[in-house]
Amino acid sequence: MCLGVPAKIKEVVDIDNQIVLVDLSGVKREVNVACVLDSSNRLDDLINKWVLVHVGFALSIVDEDEAYKTLMILDQIGELSATIEELGQGEVE
Amino acid sequence: MKFVDEYRNPTQAKKILKEIARLCSEITPKDNKPIQIMEVCGGHTHSIFRYGLNQLLPDNLEFVHGPGCPVCVLPRSVVDNCLHIAQHEDVIFTTFGDAMRVPGSSKSLLDLKAEGGDIRMVYSPLDVLAIAKKNPTKRVVFFGLGFETTMPSTALSVMQAQKERIDNFYLFCNHITIIPTIKAVLDSPGMRIDGFLGPGHVSLIIGTRPYDFIADDYRKPLVAAGFEPLDILQSVWMILKQLKNGEAKIENQYSRLVYEEGNVSALSPIQEVFELREFFEWRGLGSINHSGIKINDKYSKFDAEKEFQLKQVTVVDPDVCQCGEVLKGVLKPWECKVFAKECTPETPLGALMTSTEGACSAHYSYGQNIDLINR
Repeated sequence: MCLGVPAKIKEVVDIDNQIVLVDLSGVKREVNVACVLDSSNRLDDLINKWVLVHVGFALSIVDEDEAYKTLMILDQIGELSATIEELGQGEVE
Repeated sequence: MKFVDEYRNPTQAKKILKEIARLCSEITPKDNKPIQIMEVCGGHTHSIFRYGLNQLLPDNLEFVHGPGCPVCVLPRSVVDNCLHIAQHEDVIFTTFGDAMRVPGSSKSLLDLKAEGGDIRMVYSPLDVLAIAKKNPTKRVVFFGLGFETTMPSTALSVMQAQKERIDNFYLFCNHITIIPTIKAVLDSPGMRIDGFLGPGHVSLIIGTRPYDFIADDYRKPLVAAGFEPLDILQSVWMILKQLKNGEAKIENQYSRLVYEEGNVSALSPIQEVFELREFFEWRGLGSINHSGIKINDKYSKFDAEKEFQLKQVTVVDPDVCQCGEVLKGVLKPWECKVFAKECTPETPLGALMTSTEGACSAHYSYGQNIDLINR
């Protein structure tokens, strides 16, 4: 019910009704962007941005820097203890 | 798919699972019982079973499947009201597919459709407006349900109907709100959940501040979590780190989409169109004050409850159903008397077997064999 899919905004379709065309893994679909418009994000600013689409509405803009940071953190989880483990294995009794 | 595939890397999953096992071994269990993490959202339940994450956890850590599947908590009486509306000759009844199989007192919407009722599954409430415009002589009703994630789309559709004067569009509003629901779980007797996976997509609407009371008043950690396997595992790891350090904080793992302050542009249509109901009856949980949402007076001409003069009646579940106990985490799905016997996804008795996000349906589809072996 609450699931959403990331999609890239390709073009503005209907300015009055705030509708854009998105690319959902190769499938083109019209999506309402009223929920991601504000003073810093006007319709034209949205082109090429990634949004989360849920039941035909874009609900949030993907923060690409944060997406990258999460991947970096994921990459680091376990690194420290793996290093400690390796150091432990290398110890001379 | 970008922003999806990166969060499904099995090598990284193995690394995090190792860290999860290490943390679990360092946390002293209460009364020798496993550490319990409740995933509030049905979307998380689905992902956990789909990727088998529950089977990869150490023995002293378990997921408790929370009440966040809106279809699962629909009371029987609401389905009966849907059927009542849909039986009118001049009505086209529209709904998301999840609600089609939910059993009412005598039948489901799918049964009524098979009997010839004009019931249509839609992807978006905007599709309903298009149907209404195409069928001006029909009353077109949308069954609105879901937590805050789905509310903006319904509210904006009502506002669009007002703007375009689509007077044959009606909303049967059964949206529910997350905070009183989590509070009801926290206040339920015997509750021993150690931490929460916060619902990622609800959080992108409401932000993370509304959860502060969970840490401040109940001293439980909550991590707003994404839906891919690595998102969930990282969030579990974050909760365990807090538990190990004796902390209770609200954290945000899903920072690529969730902001602390939420989404003001999505909250504003909700405030424009809806107001809280004093009481709302949940299947399995009973009545939770101020957990339901209805259309306010300004938009009341679109309110299906008024148009079809619906009554709020309580209809009890069949005696054999133990959905309530499963919802509260007291029983595991396979411990229910009718699980995988009389109650299956094809012929569900209870709502938890109906939606793919329901704990029982997820167990049946993805985890049944392991659980049956463990019985």
